[in-house]
Amino acid sequence: MQIPYTDTARPDTGLYNAKLGIWLFLASEVMLFGALFSSYVLLRVGAPTWPHGYEILNIPLATLNTVILISSSVTMVMSWASLMMKDFGKYKRYMGLTILLAFGFLIVKGFEYGAKFSHHLYPSESTFLAIYFTITGLHGLHVIGGIIVNAYLWGPGAKMWKTEPVRFTNRVEVAGLYWHFVDLVWIFLFPVLYLL
Amino acid sequence: MFSTDHKVIGVQYGITSLIFLFFGFCLMMLMRWQLAYPGEAIPFLGTLFGPDRMPDGVMLPEFYNQLGAMHGTIMVFLGVVPLAVGAFGNYVVPLQIGAPDMAFPKLNMTSYWVYFLGGVVMLVSFWIPGGAANSGWTSYAPLSVIATTGQTLWLFGMVLLITSSLLGSINFIVTIFQLRAEGLSFMRLPFFVWAQLVTSFLLLLAFPPLEAAGVLQLMDRLAGTSFFMPSGLVVSGVPLDVSGGGSPLLWQHLFWFLAHPEVYVLILPAMGIVAEVIANNSRKPLWGYKSMVYAIIFLGFMSFIVWAHHMFLTGMGTAISTFFQTTTMIISIPSVVVLTALFLSLWGGSIRFTTPMLFALAFLPMFGIGGLTGLPLGFNITDIALHDTYYVIGHFHYVVAPGTLMALFAGVYYWYPKVTGRKMSDKLGKIHFWGSFIALNFVFMPMFVQGLAGVSRRLYDGGQQYAHAHGVLYLNEVMSIAAWALGLAQIPFIINFFLSFKKGSKVNDNPWEATTLEWAATTSPPLAHGNFAHVPRVYRGPYEYSVPGQAKDFSPQNSQ
Repeated sequence: MQIPYTDTARPDTGLYNAKLGIWLFLASEVMLFGALFSSYVLLRVGAPTWPHGYEILNIPLATLNTVILISSSVTMVMSWASLMMKDFGKYKRYMGLTILLAFGFLIVKGFEYGAKFSHHLYPSESTFLAIYFTITGLHGLHVIGGIIVNAYLWGPGAKMWKTEPVRFTNRVEVAGLYWHFVDLVWIFLFPVLYLL
Repeated sequence: MFSTDHKVIGVQYGITSLIFLFFGFCLMMLMRWQLAYPGEAIPFLGTLFGPDRMPDGVMLPEFYNQLGAMHGTIMVFLGVVPLAVGAFGNYVVPLQIGAPDMAFPKLNMTSYWVYFLGGVVMLVSFWIPGGAANSGWTSYAPLSVIATTGQTLWLFGMVLLITSSLLGSINFIVTIFQLRAEGLSFMRLPFFVWAQLVTSFLLLLAFPPLEAAGVLQLMDRLAGTSFFMPSGLVVSGVPLDVSGGGSPLLWQHLFWFLAHPEVYVLILPAMGIVAEVIANNSRKPLWGYKSMVYAIIFLGFMSFIVWAHHMFLTGMGTAISTFFQTTTMIISIPSVVVLTALFLSLWGGSIRFTTPMLFALAFLPMFGIGGLTGLPLGFNITDIALHDTYYVIGHFHYVVAPGTLMALFAGVYYWYPKVTGRKMSDKLGKIHFWGSFIALNFVFMPMFVQGLAGVSRRLYDGGQQYAHAHGVLYLNEVMSIAAWALGLAQIPFIINFFLSFKKGSKVNDNPWEATTLEWAATTSPPLAHGNFAHVPRVYRGPYEYSVPGQAKDFSPQNSQ
């Protein structure tokens, strides 16, 4: 017996299984990052002094990264939209671009980390740096996770387009929801850590 | 081994978690020797543990702490939750809702193996230098941050277990929302499914903050950060070389944000099992099914805003304490609703005293004692006296051991015929029941007495150093003997469990004459793939027992 609603929506919930699954997963991710941001608030409120992010961190680089990540969210949507319009070639280009942008983000982030380390600014130096490295590090892991999923959907996973196009489109949609979430976390991260 | 079928995974979860439960119980039996006869060598077994744990058979304080921390961790995260959710949830939920499998079978398999790996990491930590984690199952900072390497493995183990339950909970929620059979509306779901649904939401939303906390503590231990390390700490006369400025209270907040909902993760599936067994064996519909459902949904919401009642004595402020005291009193209401409804369900029923029913009936007063003794802990005035005493230990063990475990045993006896097609022996089952029931009460009731006398928990010598404890110290021996008797009482269960697999009397598809789909629409054991020969359609509520005018006293959900 086949498992129902793997690619079509169940009438009363209006969702296919994976879409509900990813929304639930994202809900738990909200709790994960929510806990980290709450920790940030609690630690900062309790600290006698707290540096301004812009005194330590590199705002131009982070702004560049914000632009990169938002653009990658746009290309991600375009790749899904291309599949909806049955244009597989366009999908490949947009998905490839998304992956490249994600790598670009990591490279910029790598430069930022490297600059900190070369000035002996390690997580153990202060609570501000500790939370900065922890949250951005965890976000970086999420970016890497996104690259792995997207690379699979761009490469070997794309064979599914020939056999089960609807299901493949759904997969890209679900990966996209995750990717937008990773983007959104950064949108919170950037002002909280760099600007405030 | 690497099956994606929910039934196989359910059985894997069941057997693994039963083994962990027994292992965790063995740790406790060792501790009880030290508490009853402090400083005396353990006969026969003592020398087996080696000189760095028990020189000449006498337990070292460090090893005692390891046993305590790991007993709690193993019982909660590797024993009860995987049995209640992983095993029963996995096996029973898809059958009860008429689904061919879980919504994501591969994810389901991954969830089991990640859990298994987490368990292995926890076990391995006993054999590394310094031994296993020894900062209590709560791992309070800053002590846990400067503890031996076992704590690092504990954190890695926890991250794995959290990941596992995260995958599992997503799977359960999607399955229950998406794969219900035709006609099975939400208010026709068996109460057990409802309980699993609410449980899954708790796991999904409460565990990530602990994962965050685990990551922060790992950073503290491995990268030298000071999330939980305040300034000016001095250890063994040497100031700690950390940047400081962290907050030990932050760990407690993050930990209890999980660990209080976790209490309901432990209790809700148990309530679900008891509801199934009571409806079936009293041959009556559940009294107040809808109020029970609304009660546990409300309970699920409330469980997220009561966590700081574990922290009244941390000096977090009287206004906050009052808030959490109030929410704590409010959350006791839905539990009372469920318990009352279950009691009233018995009224006027033609009760069958089967083995599962005995366990389910025992759950009611036992959970009642556990719940009611929690009220004095929820008031911040009375908690000042009772905090960190044996009273607390007695309270939560009454909820989890004579409460939840009784319900889980009820579930094992109740669904065993479903899994194997054979019934477990009633005679051995009754020996198991009465032995466990009596022993459990002798283990935990004296704890209230000790706690009211002011004996603190986590004492290596059971309280001998304290003059105020001397009047109640004799109870230590009583509790220890009862604990070992409880161990003996499990032998009939173990024999029964394995022997019935081959020798138990064969049963028909619906031996309990039940109404829910897992019995009414499939064979026992169910089909290997797809569960059902025909996709069931549901025409009625879950507990239509003794409907007037019907030929039989049960009307299955799939009968027209």
